[in-house]
Amino acid sequence: MADSKANAGRLLDIRNLRIEATVYPPGEAPKTITLVHDVSLTLEKGKVLGLIGESGAGKSTIGLSSMGYGRGGVRITGGEVILNGRDILKGGKEGLRKLRGREVCYVAQSAAAAFNPAHRLMDQVVEATLLHGTATRAEAEKRAVALFKKLSLPNPETIGERFPHQVSGGQLQRVMTAMALCSEPDLIVFDEPTTALDVTTQIDVLAAIKDAIRDTHVAALYITHDLAVVAQVADEIMVLRHGRLVEWGGTRQIIKEPRQEYTNALVSVHEIEHNEQQPGTTPMLSVKNVTAAYGGGLVKVLKNVSVDIYPGQTLAVVGESGSGKSTLARAITGLLPPEQGSVFFDGRTLGNRLADRPKEDLRQLQMIYQMADVAMNPRQTVGTIIGRPLEFYFGIRGRERDKRVAELLDQIEMGKGFIDRYPAELSGGQKQRVCIARSLAAKPKLIICDEVTSALDPLVAHGILKLLLNLQQIEKVAYLFITHDLATVKSIADSIAVMYRGEVVRYGSKSKVLAPPFDAYTDLLLSSVPEMEIGWLEKAIAGRRMESAGN
Amino acid sequence: MSSPVVKLVAQRVALGILLLLAVSVLIFAGTQILPGDVAQAILGQSATPESLANLREQLGLNQPAYIRYFHWLGGVLTGDLGTAMSSGQDIATSIKERLWNTLFLAFWAAIVAIPLAITLGLIAVRYRNGWVDKMISGVALASTSFPEFFIGYLLVFYFAVEHQWFPAISTVYDGMSLGERLQAIALPAAALTLVVLAHMMRMTRAAILNVMQSAYVETAELKGLSAFAVIRKHAFPNAIAPIINVVMLNLAYLVVGVVVVEVIFVYPGMGQYLVDHVTKRDVPVVQAVGLIFAAVYIALNIIADIAAIVANPRLRHPK
Repeated sequence: MADSKANAGRLLDIRNLRIEATVYPPGEAPKTITLVHDVSLTLEKGKVLGLIGESGAGKSTIGLSSMGYGRGGVRITGGEVILNGRDILKGGKEGLRKLRGREVCYVAQSAAAAFNPAHRLMDQVVEATLLHGTATRAEAEKRAVALFKKLSLPNPETIGERFPHQVSGGQLQRVMTAMALCSEPDLIVFDEPTTALDVTTQIDVLAAIKDAIRDTHVAALYITHDLAVVAQVADEIMVLRHGRLVEWGGTRQIIKEPRQEYTNALVSVHEIEHNEQQPGTTPMLSVKNVTAAYGGGLVKVLKNVSVDIYPGQTLAVVGESGSGKSTLARAITGLLPPEQGSVFFDGRTLGNRLADRPKEDLRQLQMIYQMADVAMNPRQTVGTIIGRPLEFYFGIRGRERDKRVAELLDQIEMGKGFIDRYPAELSGGQKQRVCIARSLAAKPKLIICDEVTSALDPLVAHGILKLLLNLQQIEKVAYLFITHDLATVKSIADSIAVMYRGEVVRYGSKSKVLAPPFDAYTDLLLSSVPEMEIGWLEKAIAGRRMESAGN
Repeated sequence: MSSPVVKLVAQRVALGILLLLAVSVLIFAGTQILPGDVAQAILGQSATPESLANLREQLGLNQPAYIRYFHWLGGVLTGDLGTAMSSGQDIATSIKERLWNTLFLAFWAAIVAIPLAITLGLIAVRYRNGWVDKMISGVALASTSFPEFFIGYLLVFYFAVEHQWFPAISTVYDGMSLGERLQAIALPAAALTLVVLAHMMRMTRAAILNVMQSAYVETAELKGLSAFAVIRKHAFPNAIAPIINVVMLNLAYLVVGVVVVEVIFVYPGMGQYLVDHVTKRDVPVVQAVGLIFAAVYIALNIIADIAAIVANPRLRHPK
């Protein structure tokens, strides 16, 4: 055919893809919703296309359609998916099975969940290769070991003998990339491969993925909500929203000269002006030399930690997972009584254990969590959820309670119409807003925010941060803001504590902590945050190599 | 084998032994609370107080309860279960053969029922929510819902009376060949299989469906594995712990709960023996049989626990 000759370099050609799903809303008849509206895209051999957008934009759904796969009840109802010159949607189940794991491979967001805990890594890595009969077991294992080396995994010869739980998250993500590359596919779908990783780990995995793509000439669909990340690996970027195409162009054009307003919003997100407040004279809450441990003192997670929080100000606690950030929050709230040291609040010592604290102390310290949907009772309405602290702490009931709930809803920029809704009927951002209202209802002096924006899309997170800053102005509430995201820290903090392995390694006002000279860990943390700039990754990696050579 | 597994297994075994001791106290205490004692039972209503006192002295019944308990326990530990009042026979000797018969029946019922239940469970998951799944679930549920005596008599009616393929009465005796024995127990084994099948099948189905939601199942599907290979290779190994638990519970039922089936088929096993002696109020026999049933139950549950520990790669291969 003339057509196929003209498209000789073309690997994937998706035309007018339409994807639908049937949803079953409670109390209503099932209805069909359209997730992807007539999206078309093409991908040349060896090129990388970034798919970007907030959750619900249809990124993963489009990515998986290149394997003819629909998650849950998702169905491809229209359009063509032409891979290597044939429409895979017409090949039937057998045809799809032959291409999955052979022509197209998939790298999932959480490798920790995507590896089968019951089998050794090597068995899983070579499984697809053996299934499709493209190599013998010995060849496949040799190939896998070579890939482990290429992805700079430790002990490449023996890491395949391990089980998934014996390997760290960042390493697993690299093993998963090796698994995808092992069958020597034409296309790999990377579905948020670094989103679940710490910022310091993300940079290594990102570099490993980029090198592997370059050296194996495999094409890739790279799905993420982080524009700065995709700018490092993609040749072209496609911006999606609500299952529709917003903008599609070269990487440089998208991040430097976005043509659509939505793209512009994505590019300029996170730039919140926040003037740092100077610490007052007396701290409201003081953590003094707190040491805490799990397992009856066996695992020390906090070592001699001291920080102060001043009234109406924000202390940000930054660090990677396992650094003890959330444990600090648990020690302050009394959920994990410290082994040594104590917590002072408003000039008095707080009881170490939760049970030792009077109701008044409980009221003054409130918490907001990362996962808003599991922090609310799914069988209670928004009105009940927000009204509960009013009843519990102040004994406000009936009409007065409803009035107060309506005021609170107003404060979090949600209308009165939400009062009878259930959490399941809210979006992620709305759920987090309800949690904020619930904590405000207690009129606390301090709110501990534990990664409250980590599970949200950048634009939604941006809105939540702005709301929190506004509320701080009005209510004069102080925040202890736990996060691993340095961009968030810059836009919200007055002072910063950097934690590493249970210790505070750097502490002071924001301007002081974020100004050189840096200690080694803070430097690593700061230099690992992806910047929206082509070539940042190479620079950052090169900077690190020089440093380690210098050491 | 690595140390955490050994430690956990040792803990389970120790707990099991402790539990068995506690059960033995309960069984002994339970039979003490009953009105009357062995002496009264032997001599009957017309006994004079003098003869009762004499017999109690003779049997050691006038000693305090805890001494009698340790006496009984000591006997059990050395293999002496006492003598049956009704027949004067040594309990250990009469139980030995019957226990063997019961285990033989349970073993063959299990050999058929467990693989069948798991296979049906896997098939039900493969065709979940389709007609195959619904049919398997429906038939299995129906067979469990019928009382076992009803199934037993149905089997007797078709296979023994109408067609005369198998005997209606499962008598076994010394000198029977394995084939003859198997033919004799075919009907009671079939009845037991039908009773325990659905429970195991449904648990297998539910446990596997639970892990079918996991990301690693999706990974396997995206490697191009066939639907059945995904279930067998990737879902089943992670669903094994709850399945083993239910299998062991049902195995225990096969040993302990066969009373009705054994009576229907007049099979000379533990159940029949227990029923006979309960009607005769033969307390030492009831105590001995109760203790053996408890031991079987506890042992199988320990095996289930240990199997679940060994099946967990996190415990088998610590970091």
